[in-house]
Amino acid sequence: MRSTRKLAAFAALGLTLAACSSEAGNQAEEEAASAPTVAEEVDFPEGSTMAELAGAGSITVGTKYDQPGFGLLNPDGVPEGFDVEIAKIIAGELGIAPEDIEWTETVSANREPFIQNGQVDMVVATYTINDTRKQVVDFAGPYYIAGQDIMVAAGNPEGIQGPDDLAGKTVCSVEGSTPAQNIRDNYPEANLVTYDVYSKCADDLANGNVQAVTTDNVILTGLVAGNPEGFELVGNPFTEEPYGIGMAKGDDEFRDFINDVLEESFEDGRWADAWDRTAGAITGEEAPEPPTVDRY
Amino acid sequence: MGFLTDNADLLWSAFLTTLSLAVTSGVCALVLGTVLAGMRVSPVPPLRGLATFYVEVFRNTPLTVVFFFLVFGIVQIDLSFPSRFIAAVAALSLYTAAFVCEALRSGINAVPPGQAEAARALGLDFGQSLRTIVLPQAFRTVVPPLGNVWIALAKNTSIAAGFAVTDLTAALQRLSNANADQLLLVFAAIVAGYLVITLPSAWAIRVIEKRVAIVR
Repeated sequence: MRSTRKLAAFAALGLTLAACSSEAGNQAEEEAASAPTVAEEVDFPEGSTMAELAGAGSITVGTKYDQPGFGLLNPDGVPEGFDVEIAKIIAGELGIAPEDIEWTETVSANREPFIQNGQVDMVVATYTINDTRKQVVDFAGPYYIAGQDIMVAAGNPEGIQGPDDLAGKTVCSVEGSTPAQNIRDNYPEANLVTYDVYSKCADDLANGNVQAVTTDNVILTGLVAGNPEGFELVGNPFTEEPYGIGMAKGDDEFRDFINDVLEESFEDGRWADAWDRTAGAITGEEAPEPPTVDRY
Repeated sequence: MGFLTDNADLLWSAFLTTLSLAVTSGVCALVLGTVLAGMRVSPVPPLRGLATFYVEVFRNTPLTVVFFFLVFGIVQIDLSFPSRFIAAVAALSLYTAAFVCEALRSGINAVPPGQAEAARALGLDFGQSLRTIVLPQAFRTVVPPLGNVWIALAKNTSIAAGFAVTDLTAALQRLSNANADQLLLVFAAIVAGYLVITLPSAWAIRVIEKRVAIVR
């Protein structure tokens, strides 16, 4: 009796495994259809970063793992999103297939040290280009222009239309972020509350402890997508946050190369296609006009 | 160094926040912990059971979870704290009290049973013998473990940074992101802030320990 029962258990396990693997197979096929082109023959100047990476056949990319639409770790342990697709396009031009990219999680506070220490070859992580950061790292791009916006409870009970309406209200953001600093500097009448992650801000908004959440519109979009009945986006961006690709300072050859690749992808539709499959799929909005690359 | 003077206001207020978090929670935890320790050694079974239950719940729950419950959980039952600072003090006090209670209980157990028996023989009731005979001796032996609890509490205050209290760790998050070129200096300033609290504490604990040592 016992052995039959064991056998049955094994059979059940086998069936489940088979079901799982066929599911994985389907996913792989779907992904193959949308995979970026990988250059077959690559030729780069001797000694350049491109030649080094192409020769090694792999590249280490830092991205966020908690940003729906841009960089979010899926249950299989692979990040997906717009940032991830941009990185795949660049890797493809280096002759590196998506599966040969080594992903590293970078959060806002560790992006510069990771680049400076060479732990990552480049960072594509909703990384706003600014002058302080340019002192320690270089930026290719921008490949997207985000803007600071406001998220409110569904129905906008407080009637918040823009940052000036935040005066006297409690608004939530993340400690150390550019949007939080912007509120502190330019809208001091707003009562700012800062957590360490945006999900806590969303909890507080749902609880009614705060009346608004403010940060880049792309992040808010992800939060609204998570609770469309509870939240809504004001949809009136009041800053410009150019997202760039962070890389080691002084490697102008590599920066020019990435800028060339970005411009090509703007032209040939790969950029818009990446948008439609990731962030665009969440917002339901069409790809915006690509930004102009800033070759400083 | 210009960076430090530019942000002196933030660093100073963050330091004061961390210090007041630690001191306020420390005092509350000491009071609550003493009451709990008294309950745990009391002759009344329901009191013993209640205190044991409290200690086991709070000692075995991660502090972050306690914070989460007090900041986001109790809203579900229509309760909330008047400010996030008070919520942080409550979380730190409730959590630390469990450790204070256990440290004190070990001290109470270290008081020779003859002391309590002698007190009873002299006609003191349980409360009197605990207050005047047992606890004063117990506090002496628990200075080092209570010191550990205090230093752990001073460092645990950093969890409040994740719950909308601008303490030293929150200042670290803000400054490190805004000053990518000065990371080491930012870290040095924040670590110095914590050391200013913990190092003198360690020294004071040693002094108190020597002062109150029981010569047997």
